[in-house]
Amino acid sequence: MTDISAGVPPTATTEPKTSLVASDARTRRRNAAEKRFRAYGMVAIGVGLFFLIVLAVSIVRSGLPAFTETVLSVEFTVSEEQFEDAESQILKTAVYEAIFVNALNEQLQAKNLDVAFDAAAIGRLVGKPGATIRTFFRENGDQLGQPVNFDLTAASRVDGYINGRVTRDTLVDSRFLQGSDLDLVDALIEAGIVKERFNWNFLTGTDSGVDNPGGAGIGASVIGSFFMMLVVLVLSLPIGVAASIYLEEFAPKNRFTDLIEVNISNLAAVPSIVFGILGLAVFIQFMHLPQSAPLVGGLVLTLMTLPTIIISTRASLKAVPPSIRDAALGVGASKMQAVFHHVLPLAAPGILTGTIIGLAQALGETAPLLLIGMVGYVAREYPEAFLSGFVEPNSAMPAQIYTWASRADAGFYEKAWGGIIVLLIFLLAMNIIAVLLRRRFERRW
Amino acid sequence: MPVLWILLIVFALAAVGYVLGRQRAVQSVDGDARRLHSLPSCYGTNVALFALIPALTVLVLWLLVQPMIISNSVVSNLPEGAVADDGSLSLVMSDVRRVADGLSLAVSEGEMTQTVATSPGTAFEDVAETLASVGVVLGSSVDTTVLRAAQEYRAMTSTGRVAMAFLVILIAVAGLTFALRMTQGRFRARTMVERVILALLIGAASVAILTTIGIVLSLVFNTVEFFRLYPASEFFFGTTWAPSFSGRGGASDLGVVPLLWGTLYISLIALLVAVPIGLFAAIYLSEYASPSVRGFAKPLLEILAGIPTIVYGLFALLTVGPLLLGVFGNDGVGWMQGGTAVMTAGLVMGIMLIPFVSSLSDDIINAVPQAMRDGSFGLGATKSETIKQVVLPAALPGIVGAILLAASRAIGETMIVVLGAGAAAKLSLNPFEAMTTVTAKIVSQLTGDADFASPEALVAFALGMTLFVITLGLNVIALYVVRKYREQYE
Repeated sequence: MTDISAGVPPTATTEPKTSLVASDARTRRRNAAEKRFRAYGMVAIGVGLFFLIVLAVSIVRSGLPAFTETVLSVEFTVSEEQFEDAESQILKTAVYEAIFVNALNEQLQAKNLDVAFDAAAIGRLVGKPGATIRTFFRENGDQLGQPVNFDLTAASRVDGYINGRVTRDTLVDSRFLQGSDLDLVDALIEAGIVKERFNWNFLTGTDSGVDNPGGAGIGASVIGSFFMMLVVLVLSLPIGVAASIYLEEFAPKNRFTDLIEVNISNLAAVPSIVFGILGLAVFIQFMHLPQSAPLVGGLVLTLMTLPTIIISTRASLKAVPPSIRDAALGVGASKMQAVFHHVLPLAAPGILTGTIIGLAQALGETAPLLLIGMVGYVAREYPEAFLSGFVEPNSAMPAQIYTWASRADAGFYEKAWGGIIVLLIFLLAMNIIAVLLRRRFERRW
Repeated sequence: MPVLWILLIVFALAAVGYVLGRQRAVQSVDGDARRLHSLPSCYGTNVALFALIPALTVLVLWLLVQPMIISNSVVSNLPEGAVADDGSLSLVMSDVRRVADGLSLAVSEGEMTQTVATSPGTAFEDVAETLASVGVVLGSSVDTTVLRAAQEYRAMTSTGRVAMAFLVILIAVAGLTFALRMTQGRFRARTMVERVILALLIGAASVAILTTIGIVLSLVFNTVEFFRLYPASEFFFGTTWAPSFSGRGGASDLGVVPLLWGTLYISLIALLVAVPIGLFAAIYLSEYASPSVRGFAKPLLEILAGIPTIVYGLFALLTVGPLLLGVFGNDGVGWMQGGTAVMTAGLVMGIMLIPFVSSLSDDIINAVPQAMRDGSFGLGATKSETIKQVVLPAALPGIVGAILLAASRAIGETMIVVLGAGAAAKLSLNPFEAMTTVTAKIVSQLTGDADFASPEALVAFALGMTLFVITLGLNVIALYVVRKYREQYE
């Protein structure tokens, strides 16, 4: 203290006067720094939310077209004579195709749209209409002679042209679509023959081959995911709850318990692909369970989900006040009875919420499924029965999306985005259920 | 008898045992339940548990052990020369299993009689034809030896199944009768039941340990197998990654260095994106934001964490990649050749990690006691000075831990790099070039080809081991940092 008075001579006259009203340069600098710092934070939040919006917009914009399909809606009449005539020919479908082309031509000319096209162009646009028409009239003979409306699904590239995915500049003439066909498509749009309708096949259908993006559906893989989630639920809920009860209520403080705790926290941080390796080595290589089966996928995802469920279950067991246990023990219940009859029911809503969130996490997990063969498999059919659904090869939603994303045909990208919308709707529904459950049953002690 | 039926029978026995045990206990005290040691239901549960647990244990063990024993016995009965080396042994065995499954399928569809399927005189050509008609197409490697082995395999499997059904049900009945004989008023049923339940709880808790053991064993065994075929020094220090699936052994270069470089480079970019944004977001949310802003922005940011990684992967491949290509590609600056690049994957992974960094840091910043902030304000510091000089230093160990955890997430992330980073293994500094990572190569080496004997497939396990060790190491260091340097308040 003494050196202050000794070292600093009184120089009050040379120092500028400070004012309480006007801030000096240093204060201004500090305040500016304060504002800048605050702005950094706002920018960071803004950037995060911006990314979220970009992600959402690009999912919705790229995925929605997967839910619609383009159809050529043409109404025309096939008379009985034409039918008899066609059935007597050798190339029966070609005759029907000619009838269709004529009908289309007439309708275009009625609207003064003059476009030259041949049957091959129609083939590129809608596949083989002759076969569809023939099958229809063979089955519905009574419709002959009456005008019938046919909705023929357009090829995926035509779909892409209408949605803006394929443009005249980017189109390369191929056996799938040629530049001249686009003139026809434009004319058809003008004539009102091309229509958009909801693509039910995308939701209920199964995966198609690598060159037919239009026919691909996500239905079979939704079922595959469902069976996997069933396995995860049936295994991880009891095991997770039992493990949490032991660790939270009974475990003495010793090496063994410590080991379990360390293991659980480490497993929560192990990369998911390592669980895939585990599944491949143990369940497929060692136990010879079938490849690509939802059962194996479910087992792997169970092991992955367990730490999540255990952590949330322990939190909700901890939230039950000790007075409940004490009261139960006080009236003569054993420790086991106190836990199972009193603590567990009170913790149930929290456990349920944690389980749903764990399931949602497992539903979106892809990497382990790649290793147990869910990707090489093309899910062309639904499982035959309930039990065979577990062991028959199938795909799962995220694996199906990955399969589509890695195919060469750009038409599948749209399907992949559409699949993501379906997946996110499931996740959203599960999370909303979890939030509602928490709101409804949450109890503050 | 299918396993499902055995399970149903055992559960039915347990249910019957519950009712009988309860009745017997009540009868033994002439209907006066107060003279029982435990509640009547405890006696019932006791009997049911005795019927269930030994039987189910035997069932599970049998299902695990039977295929191994049968495989060994079939292999030892194969004639000399049928198996060239260890690698083709597994192929021969999978052929045997396929033929055996095919035979069972043919019999169940009525294409083949049971006698034809089992008789040792059946000609191989007939069988191949019948199998083809039920949809089991046999490869060229299948011959009469395999058919005989398959018949033996089927015979042993069906005998084993019958024996198992018999044994399991017998054990269930025996357990039930034993427990019933014990049941009388003095018997301490509750103690017994609670001991069994406690054992079950401990068993459930041990699943975590078993999983870890399973992971370590499956990695270690296959990695050792790999190092037997491929020198470890070349794996760890080799700078080229060029697997060839056609030439087996020696022909491929399997150096891990380019993969590790790709992994670290992508993770670095991801952290460069995620850490500043996440950290500033956490600071703003915990120190500046009003409760309403916080209640709105925090859940929205956390949505980013709940989105499955496949979505981010597709986002990288189809949105971010083309976007970057438009700016840095040949039309723009000319640094980038294709949409998949280190930058694409790193950027998207950074977006994924933002909520991870921000929630963890938010918790840690909130844990710093208010008194420290008040003290700083009292000395005249502004809010930002308080944060920079008081709050952040106090929260630093926790934040470092959070960043290390985020790094471990980034290193182990698979889908984003599989779709967004490209497939070429390169040692390059240009962030706009396609590179590949450890996880992406695990996927590409293990999907498709089912032959686990070649070094090209086994290398995936060595890569998995590397990944496991790195992420585990990062997690351990993160925990250590948090524990060691955490300021203890109060």
